[in-house]
Amino acid sequence: MLILRLLFLNIWRNKGRSVLTFLGLVIAVLAFGLLSTVVQAWYSGAESASQARLITRSSISLIFPLPLSHGERIRQVDGVESMTVSRWFGGVYKDTRNFFPQFAVDPPSYFEIYPEYMLSDEVRNKFYRDRRSAVVGRRLAQQYGFAPGDIITLKGQIFPGNWEFLIAGIYEGKEEQTDTGKMYFHWAYLNEEVKRRKISRDADSVGVFITSIADPGRAAEVSMAIDELFSNSAKETLTETEQAFQLGFVAMTEAIVVAIRAVSYVVILIIMAVMANTMAMTARERTSEYATLKALGFSPKFVAGLVAGESMLMALLGGVVGVALTYPVAAAFHEATGTLFRSFFVSFDTSIMQLLAALATGVVAAIFPMIKVYRIRIVEGLRAI
Amino acid sequence: MRLLDIPLAYSIRNLWVRRMTTILTAMGMALVVYVFAAVLMLDAGLRNTLVSTGEPDNMVVTRQGSVTEVQSSIDRGQASIVSQFPEVASFIEPLASRETVVLINLKKRDTGKASNVVVRGLDETGRGMRRQVKVVEGRACRPGSEEIMVGVASSRQFQGLGLGESVRFGGRDWRVVGLFDGGRSGFDSEIWADGEVLRQSFRRTTYSSLVVRLMDPSQAESFRNRVTSDPRLPLSAKSERQYYEDQSESLSRFIKILGLTLTVIFSIGAIIGATITMQSAVATRVAEIGTLRALGFQRSAILLAFLAESVALSLVGGVIGLSLASLMQSFEFSTTNFQSFSELSFGFLLTPSIVIQSLVFSVAMGVAGGMLPAIRASRIAIVEALRAA
Repeated sequence: MLILRLLFLNIWRNKGRSVLTFLGLVIAVLAFGLLSTVVQAWYSGAESASQARLITRSSISLIFPLPLSHGERIRQVDGVESMTVSRWFGGVYKDTRNFFPQFAVDPPSYFEIYPEYMLSDEVRNKFYRDRRSAVVGRRLAQQYGFAPGDIITLKGQIFPGNWEFLIAGIYEGKEEQTDTGKMYFHWAYLNEEVKRRKISRDADSVGVFITSIADPGRAAEVSMAIDELFSNSAKETLTETEQAFQLGFVAMTEAIVVAIRAVSYVVILIIMAVMANTMAMTARERTSEYATLKALGFSPKFVAGLVAGESMLMALLGGVVGVALTYPVAAAFHEATGTLFRSFFVSFDTSIMQLLAALATGVVAAIFPMIKVYRIRIVEGLRAI
Repeated sequence: MRLLDIPLAYSIRNLWVRRMTTILTAMGMALVVYVFAAVLMLDAGLRNTLVSTGEPDNMVVTRQGSVTEVQSSIDRGQASIVSQFPEVASFIEPLASRETVVLINLKKRDTGKASNVVVRGLDETGRGMRRQVKVVEGRACRPGSEEIMVGVASSRQFQGLGLGESVRFGGRDWRVVGLFDGGRSGFDSEIWADGEVLRQSFRRTTYSSLVVRLMDPSQAESFRNRVTSDPRLPLSAKSERQYYEDQSESLSRFIKILGLTLTVIFSIGAIIGATITMQSAVATRVAEIGTLRALGFQRSAILLAFLAESVALSLVGGVIGLSLASLMQSFEFSTTNFQSFSELSFGFLLTPSIVIQSLVFSVAMGVAGGMLPAIRASRIAIVEALRAA
């Protein structure tokens, strides 16, 4: 106890320096935590994706649609429970900056396969009945101020022209991580208009087929069976689990994720340099004091332990405060970025990593001063006032 | 009062006396400057790649509302109307390239993970309109054949795109007969095939875009107006340069916002480091400062001397950081461009303005970190300081 008090008093001896070092630590731990959270948010789509759902797309690339007629044959495949379709719309709201994902789906079968998007009975009835209506997620509605009953116009990038939709209602996520930044409307309406407006995009086509399978253990087998159906046809397919599909997206931007990761380690290096500097200065200033302690009979190990203890205590304080601050800051960051990240949560692992990083900083900062005071000879130390 | 009464050497030598502390602090600053410069270099590299993809006298015509060529479609009739416009240069035939652009999913060589690659179908006229593109190995693909030529960046990155290898898409096997260098432009990340064969294999009857060469770049405006005002044409025209610049917009914004936010946070850490260092420099030299004052040096001279020390410290960091960052120029960065949904390779580009910005940034950190300690030093009273000795 007495030693702990000594450590505290030692830290407090040079208030200015300690406060600055502490601040630096807090900022570094905070930045490290935020960056880790950004990286995790990047993967969140894949993490919350299901292993029990398969996505079938064109084998060439996602931009090529598949004929709706494939669907009936997919449904017949052994192991497939239910099937639904989805087509990427790619419209912008007023300005190209206002971009959010919109999908043309078959509502009854789609929301059956995706129970995590929750519609109230009232919204469900309204949406299913009116072919020109759409539902939007909670986050999306908040970002653009969409309310039930609004009529919004999207400008099509892939399907040219203006497209009007009546907002039938707002869907909620089952869990907090569920992505509620998307809009869904009727595939039948899109298809009808493609034909009516004579848009030169494949009619009666979908972007992907989504199937739910009874046994996730058979995912590979069922996927192969589906692809087998269409092999050597003009519209070959590629089927993978929803998770693999989402990870494919993440992999495309992997270079950015790698860069963010690298940078989050750089911030720790920076603070290590700052903190090591502080400890080195502290130890240098107190050389004669440590020599005195040794002269009084304290072992070199004890004296080195004092330096280490001071450094670790400082690191721990900074770490704890940094971790605590990460939560409100992450929440604010999520608010500010709108629908950019589907979910943005500080995980328990991140907090642990933050603390470990802080403690590692404490250790690294203490090493050289410790060696120095451990080796110091009493006579020399006392001379160096 | 003369500005620098105390010689600069005094400040610099003090840094040298406390080498260890100086190096640690400078390293912290170097890392911040490194991140700062690397972000700007990446952004400059991206812009440079996409801007150099376009030529000033080429215009890209796409369907109204579509942002990328992949989304756009133009039918044969519309294409021939546009190619007959008076602004379009001609050499026997009008210099208009009817192009088909699709994305295909290929696996990367190093990770085995798939990404989208642009396949551009065009004929000899279209190839000739890209002056910066040169075949570096093999030969150009023959018209009417299932041959492809591949940009050097794509060839390095994707499986099956090496010279002599082949890839399967659109129900056919395509043999790589040549590699081309687009001079660090976006074309380096593309695959080029014969337009007609590509359209047949994907059963397309329409084109994705029409690229025309103007007789004179100054006619861009009148060409654009002619395209938009023609009621038969639901199309819009952009200069090729503008077109590719627009494609880089959101990726560039993302890199900049993320990078600069990080730099600001980091710089706080580095400034704190500098303050701690300078604070202790002042504390250990109280007697010395008192002596200087007693010798007749003004308060402002003391202030400047310590500020100079801090700035010198940060400049050392800035130079180290910049040199680290300049090493990044040999690395290639490759990611999916959000807007075109396809793989794009670009490098880190160090421009003179980035050098200046980084140095100014490091000096600013030095001033911010050194200001408080320097003010403290200048306020030291002579009598007390000398007594402390």
